[in-house]
Amino acid sequence: MTLLLFIIVLMVGGLLAWVVSQWSNLLSRWISLVALMLDLILGIIIWMQDYSGAIDTWITKYSHAWIPSFGISFSLALDGLSLLMLLLTFFLGIFAVLISWNEIKERVGFFHFNLLWVLAGITGVFLTMDLFLFYFFWEVMLIPMYFLIGIWGHENRRYAAFKFFIFTQASGLLMLLAILGLYFIHGNQTGTYTFDYFQLLGTTFTAGTGLLLMLGFLAAFVVKLPVVPFHTWLPDAHSQAPTAGSLILAGLLLKTGAYGLIRFVIPLFPGAAHEIAPWAMLLGVIGILYGASLAFGQTDLKRLVAYTSVSHMGFVILGVFAFNQLAMQGVVMQMITHGISTGALFILAGVLYERIHTRDITAMGGFWNKAPFMGTVALVFVLASLGLPGLGNFVAEFLTLIGTWQSSPVLTIFATIGIVFATAYSLRIMQKVFLGKPTSDKAVSDLSLREKIILIPLVVSIIWLGLFPQPIFNTVKQIIANQFTTEQITPISTSENGDK
Amino acid sequence: MNLLWLIPTLPFFGALVLVLFGSQLPKKMVPIIGAGSVGLSALVTFVVGADFISSSTTTYNFTAWQWLDVAGLSSAFAFHLDALSLIFIFVITFVGFLIHIYSSEFMEEDDGYARFFAYLNLFVCSMLILVLADNLVLMYLGWEGVGLCSYLLIGFWYGEEKNGYAARKAFIVTRVGDTAMAFGLFVLFQNFHTLNIQEITTKAPQLFAVGSEIPLIISLLLLGGAAGKSAQLPLQTWLPDAMAGPSPVSALIHAATMVTAGVYLIARTHAIFELAPVALMIVGIIGATTLLIAGFAALTQFDLKRVLAYSTISQIGYMFLALGVGAWSAAIFHFMIHAFFKALLFLAAGAVIMALHHEHDMFKMGGLKKKLPVIYWTFLIGASSLAALPLITGGFYSKDQILWLTLAGVNGNIWFFLAALLGAFVTSIYTFRMVYLTFFGQEKTHVHYTPGKLMNIPLIILAALSTLAGFIELPHDFFHLTIFSDFLKPVLPSVVVEEDFESIEYMVQMIAAGVSVSGVYVAYIFYVVKPELADELKSSAADLHQFWYSGWGFDRLYNFLFVRPFVFLASINKNDVVDRLYTGLVAIAEFFHRIFSFTQSGILRWYIMGIVIGGILLLTLGLIS
Repeated sequence: MTLLLFIIVLMVGGLLAWVVSQWSNLLSRWISLVALMLDLILGIIIWMQDYSGAIDTWITKYSHAWIPSFGISFSLALDGLSLLMLLLTFFLGIFAVLISWNEIKERVGFFHFNLLWVLAGITGVFLTMDLFLFYFFWEVMLIPMYFLIGIWGHENRRYAAFKFFIFTQASGLLMLLAILGLYFIHGNQTGTYTFDYFQLLGTTFTAGTGLLLMLGFLAAFVVKLPVVPFHTWLPDAHSQAPTAGSLILAGLLLKTGAYGLIRFVIPLFPGAAHEIAPWAMLLGVIGILYGASLAFGQTDLKRLVAYTSVSHMGFVILGVFAFNQLAMQGVVMQMITHGISTGALFILAGVLYERIHTRDITAMGGFWNKAPFMGTVALVFVLASLGLPGLGNFVAEFLTLIGTWQSSPVLTIFATIGIVFATAYSLRIMQKVFLGKPTSDKAVSDLSLREKIILIPLVVSIIWLGLFPQPIFNTVKQIIANQFTTEQITPISTSENGDK
Repeated sequence: MNLLWLIPTLPFFGALVLVLFGSQLPKKMVPIIGAGSVGLSALVTFVVGADFISSSTTTYNFTAWQWLDVAGLSSAFAFHLDALSLIFIFVITFVGFLIHIYSSEFMEEDDGYARFFAYLNLFVCSMLILVLADNLVLMYLGWEGVGLCSYLLIGFWYGEEKNGYAARKAFIVTRVGDTAMAFGLFVLFQNFHTLNIQEITTKAPQLFAVGSEIPLIISLLLLGGAAGKSAQLPLQTWLPDAMAGPSPVSALIHAATMVTAGVYLIARTHAIFELAPVALMIVGIIGATTLLIAGFAALTQFDLKRVLAYSTISQIGYMFLALGVGAWSAAIFHFMIHAFFKALLFLAAGAVIMALHHEHDMFKMGGLKKKLPVIYWTFLIGASSLAALPLITGGFYSKDQILWLTLAGVNGNIWFFLAALLGAFVTSIYTFRMVYLTFFGQEKTHVHYTPGKLMNIPLIILAALSTLAGFIELPHDFFHLTIFSDFLKPVLPSVVVEEDFESIEYMVQMIAAGVSVSGVYVAYIFYVVKPELADELKSSAADLHQFWYSGWGFDRLYNFLFVRPFVFLASINKNDVVDRLYTGLVAIAEFFHRIFSFTQSGILRWYIMGIVIGGILLLTLGLIS
């Protein structure tokens, strides 16, 4: 029941925020903030009770029949992985509301409605264990996001919103096809037609069908993640979205792609996933290097950060398809730390935009002098982005790489070279914006109290994750361990070969 | 010894306080916190060290907390104290403290006073973690941490574009080495299933035979990391540019401590290197080549600090050479003595530069002997030690030991010895070239500022140490004192000397002494007696001079091979070629859209025509099939 509450709070909060904005924009903001805080507190309570990971994989489940004749149920379940993702969602959601406090002045109510509904969609995606419902939430995240970019975005917002919509929608439809395919194959085999994740888990296919269905799922997730060459919606969407939109896109929406890989692709199609693993890893490495080299070339600060996301998400697909615990733990960590660090960089870009009304880094420089606090915060996240030990991102990337090394040293070497590239583009941000001679005569004031309230918790959390990451590992330990042990018990790839 | 954890923690809190409250603190408080925290740390080091030496134990471990423990990979914030790390933490905290004191006067007028001490404290903390770490992941944390502080401090005066460039160059070049080191860690973990240094040290000889492949791969990868941090060939290019930072930074980071991290890493993982004689040979070759290349480059520099930078590269080359022949404790001994005299030289050089109002060019200095007597005498003592003037300097004893062991050690050979000897000759020339140009002859630039007590006292203490510290390890035929190597024996194996060489040890010492004195004499002829000789030589071999001056053209080579292609690719592909694919799709769709919308003209006869043609086509198709 608490699981349902997570979503309801956000959806109701969103509606309320929309309604009350007729009378007061401020109230609308406060309602959104309170709704997210409620969810965060709820999440933390659950984490505090169960984080040891010694418990059964599923912390709690909720299921209610929805359209029984088609085997569709409103089924939610929470395990360590989804719990972490939820905590991240609410945590970043709070900052999305706070950063928009002064930035958004038009149609404030509708903005917050969209914001909370995107987050509700994301929450649903992380919780649902019914594939039909999953697709439903997948769409719920999409449409409000389209409005967020299209209405409150920058100069080229229409184009960016449209591009984002088409990419996501087209790939989402492929996933819908795959979901239906899975539904009918399972139904034919067992006689029970259901979208229930747990029942579909054991479905066996011939190698060809398995591969096709998996590719359908994969399409949706690699576009979201994004994996090169399906990434080109991302720089446009990120750079045109309002700050809160970029924060949610980078911090959360991309993670739904990663989550999908871990939750659906690997468990549902272990054989096919193994089969394409080398190619997927290769694409990951290409993404790391290609994204990094593009990031280095950009002059638009938000576009630059967007390409760093492409690069960092390369580690996710690399790690997921390395098929070992170290890499998988690294991936989970990467999802969280990248959400925080890249989110923070987008917030900083937004903060700078509010002051100088440009995202062009060639028009910036020497800001440290006037805004040392902002500079220090930026330094922390720039360092996080280049993988400095002591910050969370290092733990994530180090584990991913040391795990990947066990399955493919060659690809690991190239992926690690990406970290050298990351050093180059990260330090370039610092140099162009905060160091050097002041190139702009515009006054840059240091962070305001509200901005400090946003950024300090992010700084603290990225350092905390870098020095004390163990609670995160413990939370997902059992799930990841199970994933790999079950695979060893039922070697599906061999049974598939037997079918041929 | 229970206080061990305080040693890195104190500077950490110093940095924390300065970062958080630096701008609000009264100016007087800044050095008290900055230097005070490192001073306390040095004090604790003495206490811990005394405790360690007086007790019978050879190691002490302290675990602060479990950092990560994932699927067999376990790493803790845990410290391991033994003789090797004790020597390093002693040098780091003690020399670090002196440099902090010096900085409190040197940086007083700077706007970034608190920022400077914050970075410096953070550096000391990272460096201490690096040498105290009991596992390689934690060591990597310190390793990258010192790299970060080096970046921050090289680019400390961030208003200048070129300082930022030098800083980024240092970070990126060392990161290339660090990447190799990371691979080394991956291979180590794959084979040992642990990254705990002590476990690796004990397991290594059990798992692998001497000369097998895996230790070779690991050693070479670790060597990559060491070469990056210690500015050895082929990753030495960042260090001369790193002189863009304030002089105390050059003294502490780019001479005394951080750049010797590579030496520490190899000494620390000696168990692996000993299983790979080929790798050790390569370490030796890199050391020998680097010491020569950097030595010749130093001969041609004008900038006082760049001479010292190349000299640092060259002296670390000696340490690598010593490591390469398995003379572990000789390398560490030279590290310690070098830390004293090189810190001294940089600090004195900084004082000279400050006195002459930011003049770096030695050819615009001169005659400072009388104006700055304290600086002159201390610089001279440091220079003598660098040039290894016989008997009275610390540098003589440490370098002589290396020279001797490259020849007489079982892994030594005549080529290493000759390279080291030639290097010694070059060293003493460029060292005294520096002394003569700066302190002798005509006064060319007016002295603006005379350093005060806070700068002089550290110089004097370091001068004393550069001389006296040499006497704790004396050769077999000269009092035969082995305090230092005995102390290190539980950690680092002692080198085996081939027996038939023992009788000629005094000859080697005579040669070494002769070489160093003659170098001083050559410099005296060229820069004091007949300065025109130097100019003639320079113009007669202008190309060679230019080649050496540019550090043997490595920068140009790397620019051509790596930097420019990368920047070029990044800039031409700024708009992301992959996006063309999708804009192409859109263009095709729009093209058909235009064609089809053209047919929708609203003119009835066109529509009728269309229907008729369509009908005919369908009929024909039907008839054919």
